[in-house]
Amino acid sequence: MIPELGHYALVLAAFVAMAQAFLPLAGAARGNSAWMAVARPAALAQFGLVAFSFGALMHAHIVSDFTVLNVVEYSHSLKPMLYKVAGVWGSHEGSMMLWVLILSLFGAAVAALGGGLPDTLRARVIGVQALIGVGFLLFILATSNPFVRVDPPPLDGHDLNPLLQDPGLAFHPPFLYLGYVGFSIVFSFAAAALIEGRIDPAWARWVRPWTLIAWSALTIGIAMGSWWAYYTLGWGGWWFWDPTENASFLPWLAGTALLHSAIVVEKRDALKSWTILLAILSFSLSLVGTFLVRSGVLSSVHAFAVDPSRGVFILVLLTIAIGGSLTLYAIRAPHLRMGGLFAPVSREGGLVINNLLLASGCGTVLLGTLYPLFLDALNAGKVSVGPPFFNSTFVPLMVPLVALLGVGPLLSWKRADLPGALGRLKVAALLTFVAVVATYWLHQGGPAMALVGIAMAAWACCGAVTEWVERVRLFRVPLADSMSRALHLPRSAWGMTIAHFGMGVAIAGMTGSVCWVSEHIQSIRPGDQFDIAGYSVSFDKVEPIEGPNYQGERGTFTARSAGKIVAVMHPEQRFYPVQRTPTTEAAIHTTALADLYVVMGTKNASGGYAARAYHHPLVPWLWLGTVLMAVGGVVSLSDLRYRVGVPVRHRLRRSATTAAAE
Amino acid sequence: MRLRTLIFLIPLLVFLVLAGYFAVGLNRDPNLVPSALIDQPVPTFSLPGLPGQGAGLASADLHGRAQIVNVFASWCAPCRVEHPMLVRLARENGVLVRGIDYKDRPEDAAAWLSQMGNPYQGIGADTDGRVAIDWGVYGVPETYVIDRQGRIRYKQVGPLTAADIDGKILPLLKELQG
Repeated sequence: MIPELGHYALVLAAFVAMAQAFLPLAGAARGNSAWMAVARPAALAQFGLVAFSFGALMHAHIVSDFTVLNVVEYSHSLKPMLYKVAGVWGSHEGSMMLWVLILSLFGAAVAALGGGLPDTLRARVIGVQALIGVGFLLFILATSNPFVRVDPPPLDGHDLNPLLQDPGLAFHPPFLYLGYVGFSIVFSFAAAALIEGRIDPAWARWVRPWTLIAWSALTIGIAMGSWWAYYTLGWGGWWFWDPTENASFLPWLAGTALLHSAIVVEKRDALKSWTILLAILSFSLSLVGTFLVRSGVLSSVHAFAVDPSRGVFILVLLTIAIGGSLTLYAIRAPHLRMGGLFAPVSREGGLVINNLLLASGCGTVLLGTLYPLFLDALNAGKVSVGPPFFNSTFVPLMVPLVALLGVGPLLSWKRADLPGALGRLKVAALLTFVAVVATYWLHQGGPAMALVGIAMAAWACCGAVTEWVERVRLFRVPLADSMSRALHLPRSAWGMTIAHFGMGVAIAGMTGSVCWVSEHIQSIRPGDQFDIAGYSVSFDKVEPIEGPNYQGERGTFTARSAGKIVAVMHPEQRFYPVQRTPTTEAAIHTTALADLYVVMGTKNASGGYAARAYHHPLVPWLWLGTVLMAVGGVVSLSDLRYRVGVPVRHRLRRSATTAAAE
Repeated sequence: MRLRTLIFLIPLLVFLVLAGYFAVGLNRDPNLVPSALIDQPVPTFSLPGLPGQGAGLASADLHGRAQIVNVFASWCAPCRVEHPMLVRLARENGVLVRGIDYKDRPEDAAAWLSQMGNPYQGIGADTDGRVAIDWGVYGVPETYVIDRQGRIRYKQVGPLTAADIDGKILPLLKELQG
C-alpha cells in the first residue's frame, strides 16, 4: 500500500509542477498577480509530495519490503540499517528520486525564504525551477519507476554492491546532489533574469547565497567521493579522471568561476552577460554529467545500469533545458546594458583572468572526457583519454590561477596599483621561497613537480593570510585595534580568506601524496615485520571475523617508531556471500603530517598474506583543505548582506564597514 | 551590432553540435570495439609469468579449447571491479581464463592477485606493453574470446558485467566449444 501511495504522490507532484511552471510564468508575463501567487504554495506542495514519495521508497528499503523490485535488487535483509537507508540512492531509480527531491527542495526554499524578491522575479524563478521538475518527474514516471512490484516476492534481496556499503559513500550522493542539483536554482535565477531582461547588482546579491550553498555542498561531495576511493580501492589513489568524477568536477569549475564573476556584477555592475552564461553553464554541465553517467555513452567504473530509452529521454530533456536557455540567452543577452568600465590591472581584471583560467580548465576537462565519444561518432577510431592528458593540460592552467589567487584580492576595484600590491606580497614571496628551499633540503632535491606544488601551496596560503593582515592592519595599528577590525570584517571577507587558505592546504596535500608516496609490498606471515618510511611494522596475528552480511579475516599490525608503539592497525579482508564479492578494508593511521596505510590480502598457497603498506605524506591536508574551502563558503553565506530575503536593509551598514576596512 | 549578436549565439551552436554527438553516441556501445583482429589468429608472443603465480603465457597456449584472454593491471580501478566476475567465471563456469598483465610491476600484480584471488591459468607479464600493441589493446581491462583454432572471435573493451557474461561471453564460448 505504502509504495502505491508513494507512486501516486509522485504522479500528483508532476501535475502540481506543471501548474507551478505554467501559471506563475504566464502570470508574470501578463501581469496577473493571482496567477503569480500560485508559485509559492505550489512549490511547497510539490516538495511535500516528492518528500512523501521519497519517504515511501525509504520505508520500503528500511522494512525490507521484497515485493518492491528496487528493494529486491539493491537490498538484503541482513544489510546494516545505515546501508538500508543509503541503499535508497544506491540505484539509478532511487538516485533520480534524490535528484527531484533536491530540485523541489530548492524551489520550495525560494518560495519560503524569497520574500524580499520582486514578485515577478520570484514567480519566474519558481516557474522555471518547476519546468525542470516536470521534465525529471516525467522521466522517473516513464522510465525509472522505483515502485514497481514483483510477484511472487523473492525470499531475500540481491544486496547492494559491497564497495558501496561504506560510511563515506553513504553520505556522498546527498552532498553531491545538493551541489549539482543546487545549481538548478541559480540556473532558474538566470533564466528568470533573462526573461525579465534585467540584471543588476541586486540580482547578483540574491543569487549569491544559492551559489554558495550549492558550491560548498559540491565541494564536500566531491571530497567525500575522492576520500572513499582513497581508502576503499586499496592503494591510496584519490582521483582517476574517470568520466563520472569529471561529471561532478565540471559543474564545480563552472560554479567556482560563477562565484567569482558574480562579485563583479554585484560590486561593479559589469560582466553581466558572462555571469548569466556561467549560471546557465554550471547547471547545464550538471545535466550533461547526469546524461553521461546514465546513458552509457562513455564507459566508466561507476556507471549505473544502462538503458538506451533512458539515454534518449535525458538527451531530450537536456536539449530542451540547455538549448532553450541558451536560445533565450542569444536573444536577450545582446540587449543587456554594458556595465562599469575598468582598467586591465584592477580587481575586475584579476577576476576576469580567474574566470578565463577556470573556464579553460573546465573546457579542457570537458574535451578530455568527451574526446573518445567524438572520435567514435566520426568513426575515427577508439581511444581512451587517461590521467596523462589531464595532468599535462589541466595542471598547467591551475599554476597561473594560484599565482593570481595571491595577488587578485590585493588589487583595488577599477584601477589598481600592481607594483604596490606586489610590494605588499614581499613577505608572502619570501615565505614561499623558504618553503621551497626547505622542501628541497628535506627531500634532497625532490621531483621538480613537487617543488612547484609546494610553491603553489605556500603562495596560496601566504597570499590569503597577507590579504587578511592588510585588512586588519596587523602590526601597523595597535593589536587591539587589529582585533576589533578583524571582528568587524564582513563575513564574506573571512570566507574568502578561509577558502583561499584551504585551497593552498589542499594543494600541499595533493603534492605530497603524488610526489612522495612510498610503498612496500610483501608476502608476510604472522610474526614477520617490515620497515616503511621510518616505521617498523610488525604483523602480529590474523583472526576470523563475522559481520552482519559478510565473513572475513582481520589482521593486527603494530607500527613502531624508534621502539615506541605508534599505532595498532586492523586491516580486513571481507567476503560478501550474497554478491560473492571480496573487498579489502584498509587500516589507516593518520597523523597531522601523513597517513600510514596498510592493506592485507587473503592467504596464499605458501601460507603467507600479501600485505601492502603505503606512506602518504600530507594526504590528510587534502581533506582538511577541501573542508576549509567548504567552510569558507558557509562563512561567506552567513554574511548578513547576503542572507536570503534581506537584500536591501543592510546596504547602508555595508558601505560603512567597507569604508572602514579600506 | 550584428557581430555582437552573433557572439551570443556561439554557446547555443556549441551546445547543438555537442547534442548531435550525444545523439550519435547513444546508438553506439563504447565497450564494443570493432577490432581488425576479429577472426584472425592471435598474434605470436611469449611472455614470462608473475612471481609466485604459475607459468607465463604464449600464443602456443591459446589453442585446442575455447577460452578467454583478459588484459588487466593492478593499477586499474575498473579491473578491480571486474575481477570478481572473472573469479566466478573460472571457478563456477569452468571457463579457461588467461591473463595478460599490462604495463605493471610483476610484484604489484602478484600481490594484487593473492589479495583478490587468481582466476587465471597462465598470466603473461607484459611489462612494457609491447605485446598489447600487437593485440590492439587501447586500455585496460579488455577481454578477448578465443576459439579452438586460436583465433580471436570477440573483443570487449571495459569491465565485464554480469549481463555481458550471461548475454555474450558464455553463449559464445558454448558455441565455439561445440
